[in-house]
Amino acid sequence: MSASMAIMGLYSRRLWINRFNLAVSLLTMLIGLFWLGWILLTLFEAGFKALGPALFFTMTPPPGASGGLSNAIAGSVIMAATGTLIGTPIGMMAGIYLAEFGSRGWLAPVTRFINDILLSAPSIVVGLFVYEVYVIHTRHFSAWAGTLALALIVIPVVIRTTENMLRLVPDSLREAAAALGAPQWKVITLVTVRAAKAGIITGILLAVARISGETAPLLFTALNNQFWSLDMNQPMANLPVVIFQFAMSPYENWQHLAWAGALLITMGVLVLNILARVFFRNKSPTY
Amino acid sequence: MSSVADTMDGLSRSDPGISRVSKTIPEANLRNQHRLDLLFRLATRFFAFLVLILLAGIIVSLLTGSLPALRAFGPGFVTSPQWNPVTEQFGALVPIVGTLVTSFIALLIGIPVSFGIALFLTELSPIWMRRPLGTAIELLAAIPSIIYGMWGLFVFAPAFSQLQPWLTATLGAIPLAGMLFQGPPMGIGVLTAGIILAIMVTPFIAAVMRDVFEVVPSVLKESAYALGSTTWEVVWNVVLPYTKVGVMGGIMLGLGRALGETMAVTFVIGNAHKLNASLMMPGNSIASALANEFTEAVGDLYSSALIELGLILFLITFVVLALSKMLLLRLGKMEGQKT
Repeated sequence: MSASMAIMGLYSRRLWINRFNLAVSLLTMLIGLFWLGWILLTLFEAGFKALGPALFFTMTPPPGASGGLSNAIAGSVIMAATGTLIGTPIGMMAGIYLAEFGSRGWLAPVTRFINDILLSAPSIVVGLFVYEVYVIHTRHFSAWAGTLALALIVIPVVIRTTENMLRLVPDSLREAAAALGAPQWKVITLVTVRAAKAGIITGILLAVARISGETAPLLFTALNNQFWSLDMNQPMANLPVVIFQFAMSPYENWQHLAWAGALLITMGVLVLNILARVFFRNKSPTY
Repeated sequence: MSSVADTMDGLSRSDPGISRVSKTIPEANLRNQHRLDLLFRLATRFFAFLVLILLAGIIVSLLTGSLPALRAFGPGFVTSPQWNPVTEQFGALVPIVGTLVTSFIALLIGIPVSFGIALFLTELSPIWMRRPLGTAIELLAAIPSIIYGMWGLFVFAPAFSQLQPWLTATLGAIPLAGMLFQGPPMGIGVLTAGIILAIMVTPFIAAVMRDVFEVVPSVLKESAYALGSTTWEVVWNVVLPYTKVGVMGGIMLGLGRALGETMAVTFVIGNAHKLNASLMMPGNSIASALANEFTEAVGDLYSSALIELGLILFLITFVVLALSKMLLLRLGKMEGQKT
């Protein structure tokens, strides 16, 4: 009798431990969603006040005056686009090497290892690197330097996705093309890469999302510019650095603009992320 | 050889532009394609090699940039708490400690929360909710760090300063450890930076944990269930031991992220080059010292000291991330043996 009671007691204890821990697990999930909700809510609340046509068509104002973010928006778009255009082909070529030629030799495993580290390396160090190799020699901050820093951040992301997506392409496809007599470069460019197109584009979208919010590497490279400038050899305004400058300032109109800019960036990044996930239905491969 | 040439011939007949040439000299065409193959292969190889050059370039450029500081301060740079731009006395102790302490707080909070989230996503959640919930957590990782910084400074810090007197009264009363929580309720400081970092690294750690939990063979879990285990017992006694290497890899990845995080920390840490026993007081981290001071650094020694800080940061994160990668590779090998 007492033995079976003890067993029952042990059993109900195990059940309660199980229930308690699973409840805690649910709670942590809710905590995660709570942060996301709180941050997004704040952004909408504070950002919508300054949102309007003036935001897109007027330039960053001096303290106290009204204005918008047109030069910063233009600068961000230009640098993110150029950075992606430079980084993507390099990343794709390296990714192709890792996936298609990387089964033998030391280069592929070492590159894969280093690339995964660069993927998570602090972006401010990339900024320092570009400052050391480019800004010091040209003697001035410039949009090219910023673009270069962003391209260096794009490359590891694209390498990783390209390799992962090419590996998903079944070998029978390659073999079929090779059996028809196609040379290897044609097999890769016309068959394998095409088959993995959707996944590779997903990776590029995620890379764009990542660099459009990057601030640290632009601080010492593109710097900032309070005027309208499309000269790639001059410092160029960009949203993240403007947000940093305006948010840390004591001026209220600057802070309002910073919130509006923050809302713009976050919406852009989230839309890119959701696009990448919904349209291509591939699991996000990189961070 | 000739049969391949024949096939090439047959293949290219569909393309009138090429067939004219290949009919007359199929061998030349073949050789031409071989050359293109080699060229393509070498080109991709070159770009893969570029990644290694990039790494070497980063290390070499940071080393040359920090040479003046290395010469002036030697190894004592790491242990000196001095940071005085006027007298040009620089030491890295305060930012190094700040970086390590904020990252440690982030992991202390982030690991249990990530584990809970991963557990929920793999074992508890209904199948149809897994995708949207997983995406929501991944979006948390996608939000740019400057947004975390702004939100931390303007929203979280004021709210947190309401909570701080209560923390001081309760946790601060503990002997010895209590002094960590003594201080004015300013909202900003090392503790705030650690909490915001925790929110930022949680999605990274949770994503790795979820992925490695999913590699556990279901036969293993089903056996444990069949023996009468509860869900928690299966996770704690079967899933976690099986995946511990991968979980460690995920934690290391989160640590690497936390160490190098710049903007979010810069907004809320307070940027004071002072060592404090209390976590409520402002401090500094390597990345935020760089973000705040680099463009304003006057003089070679000042900027060189900052670059040396960057070098130290890069080396620390490199080691941590390399460790993470090796642990995850080990789990991958185990998975290969299993099936």
